[in-house]
Amino acid sequence: MADKRLDEATNTETVGHEWDGIEELNTPLPRWWLWTFYATIVFSIGYVVAYPAIPMVSKGTEGMLGWTSRGDLAKDIKATSDKRSELVAALAQTPIERLDPDSDLMRAAVAGGRAAFKVNCVQCHGAGAAGSKGYPNLNDDDWLWGGDLKAIHQTLEHGIRQPGDDQTRFSQMPAFGRDGILSAAEIADVVSHVRTLSDLEPKSAASQRGAVTFETQCSICHGPSGEGMREFGAPNLADAIWLYGSSRDDVTATVTNARYGMMPAWGQRLDPVTVKMLAAYVHSLGGGENFVEQAAEANAEPAEQETDATN
Amino acid sequence: MQPTDRNQPDPLPESDLLEHARAEDGAKAMKPSTPPPAVPPVSLYEKHTTVHPKRIDGPFRRFKWLVMVLTLGIYYGTPWLRWDRGAYAPDQAVLIDLANRRFYMFDIEIWPHEFYFVAGLLIMAGIGLFLVTSAVGRAWCGYACPQTVWTDLFQHVDRFVDGDRNARMRLDKAPWSAGKIARRFWKWSIYLVIAFWTGGAWIMYFADAPTLTRDFWAGNAAPVAYATVAVLTGTTFWLGGFMREQVCVYMCPWPRIQTAMLDEKSLIVTYKDWRGEPRGSLKKSQKNPDQFGDCVDCNQCVAVCPTGIDIREGPQIGCITCALCIDACDRVMKEVGRPRGLIDYATLEDCEREAAGAEPRPVWKTLTHPRTLIYFGVWSAIGVALLFALGTRERTGITVQPDRNPPYMLMSDGSVRNSYTVKLRNMQSRPREMELSLTGLPGAKMWTDDMSKDGAARTITREVAADVALPLRVYVVAPRGTGRQEFHFVVTSPEGESDQSETGFNAPEQ
Repeated sequence: MADKRLDEATNTETVGHEWDGIEELNTPLPRWWLWTFYATIVFSIGYVVAYPAIPMVSKGTEGMLGWTSRGDLAKDIKATSDKRSELVAALAQTPIERLDPDSDLMRAAVAGGRAAFKVNCVQCHGAGAAGSKGYPNLNDDDWLWGGDLKAIHQTLEHGIRQPGDDQTRFSQMPAFGRDGILSAAEIADVVSHVRTLSDLEPKSAASQRGAVTFETQCSICHGPSGEGMREFGAPNLADAIWLYGSSRDDVTATVTNARYGMMPAWGQRLDPVTVKMLAAYVHSLGGGENFVEQAAEANAEPAEQETDATN
Repeated sequence: MQPTDRNQPDPLPESDLLEHARAEDGAKAMKPSTPPPAVPPVSLYEKHTTVHPKRIDGPFRRFKWLVMVLTLGIYYGTPWLRWDRGAYAPDQAVLIDLANRRFYMFDIEIWPHEFYFVAGLLIMAGIGLFLVTSAVGRAWCGYACPQTVWTDLFQHVDRFVDGDRNARMRLDKAPWSAGKIARRFWKWSIYLVIAFWTGGAWIMYFADAPTLTRDFWAGNAAPVAYATVAVLTGTTFWLGGFMREQVCVYMCPWPRIQTAMLDEKSLIVTYKDWRGEPRGSLKKSQKNPDQFGDCVDCNQCVAVCPTGIDIREGPQIGCITCALCIDACDRVMKEVGRPRGLIDYATLEDCEREAAGAEPRPVWKTLTHPRTLIYFGVWSAIGVALLFALGTRERTGITVQPDRNPPYMLMSDGSVRNSYTVKLRNMQSRPREMELSLTGLPGAKMWTDDMSKDGAARTITREVAADVALPLRVYVVAPRGTGRQEFHFVVTSPEGESDQSETGFNAPEQ
């Protein structure tokens, strides 16, 4: 090490190194800086004692205060669910069809349902609940199994065609072609008739032949004029909405092989209040129907559909 | 020219300048010509020396008093002005309601989307500074800047507690005795009260002043109120009580910007050296009138300067053009019987002209050069535009946001439904029945999620509460066969104000 000396210009000691005539001064650290540094050391000792700090073999030191970030999270979650508890209790007590549409409880249920929908339902029904081929659109006014709060709730809770749930929505359309109930020509005639119901094609000799077959084979579930029947989840064939497509090929495929969807019984997976919230949310999407007290659904539904049609 | 020692005690008792000038001895007069003995290494660090400006009276000092009373009065008093806006709006004349995002200023209420008014005012303030700088130099710095006003106020406190310049300098040098500690404690207490008052006044602009004052002392005010008061008290105490002119010289960017904006046509405070130099005491200049200028080197201009500079060294960043040196110099000139204005407001151009022997130009002529006029034109154009916008703005508004997922909804009867989030803005301080209607989109009807779709119609009315935007979820359904097209939502208030928003109606490809 070269010899230390004082720099002439500043009277500061040099560190004794020299690079091409450039020397480094050994300027002492400012006092305030040192004191700040010492203070951080003192602070860190306290910190290490109080908080988890030093990693050991299997887990770190725990600290005197017993603080954990998981504990913080649990506390946050508990605080939130405490805050919601009143609401949850009120929702648990209220039958779904008795929810006042213009109440804070309903608004809270819709908001909660919106969140639960994003987690559980968007995979099939889409983020905007608009569905896709084979997955019903929940915004419209066409309901396979009923669109009032109670019907939606029933569908959600018990699912559709879910094995292991006694009250699940169940029906099965025969595979008219595959099982040999109708011949290919008869199917073609029925398809013609079905498509005339919603003015997709004009009446023809084929459709008139198909009308006869329709009456014997299809009208039991879909109704004499194809208006559908919610008891069996049989879709309305006379409206503009087609779950599996309205082209000749699509309808032919449906009649030949039969089609039906499935939905989990959410009552088995989610708590009852969340299922109620989901029902409220789906009902709020714009197509929800008013709950009619007498459960004489066979009478109530066509009436509802007529009022829809006038809108 | 050797810089004057700014911290030398002022040799003058208040008013006997003339006698002092007569008694000036030869030793002092020699000073400018004494060469410095040796050049010590130049330090890049300048140790701060406290400035102890002397009391002075004169037209500019009186103007400064006036500005101080006005600015402080406005600052401390404005939040307490009341203004009746009816039952639905606060009755504070000037209120920045951050929580509700409203800005009230007398009869004007500004919503967040009208923030361009505030932006316009800020631009006007900016150009106003350019205008003032180009016309009268650093007048902002000298009279109206908060740092200047509060520094001035604190210097008056110094004077009140410790006496004038010489007494304060003596006290500064004196050892710490019980008396000095008591005086300092007393002085800093006054500083603290002023600083606290300043911080306290600030928060009153953001909430109802009487309520906030009660809450503040009861300990119920928002934490941010206490924090703001603490911070502003601290900064006022420190910047006004201790940093003072250092803020102007070292911290503030504005003087640096101004040095670029001043030109030879801007009014600045100038020492007319062609008239003053060479300096000499009154006695000597009376003996040899031909050899000396008008400056009697009495140092009064230095003694009264609140930033502690010597204006005779020429224009400099430390000069905030408060013109107190003009007052001081004019007084001395009067006493020694010479014409006033040895130090005066003048443009550099006029200085050259005067030095060459021309008559001084009247001040108004210096104000009307092209740059000033252009700034004034731009400034007033923005002002007129803002006033026009203010006069023609409507207090009814609408915004529409269409749903994008799904973009449209096919209904079972073949009709098509679109969903929109519509906000009706009632910007008046009273509830109003607003009418929302559709124009275009033949055959379409709408309903909202707070009503049954049986009530669907082309026009719906809603009561919108005072001074709020009411969000509505609107479903618009158009008959089968309706194609993709544009249409308008129109909102109309009872007194006929209306606003509309164009939006798109989506439908399946046909």
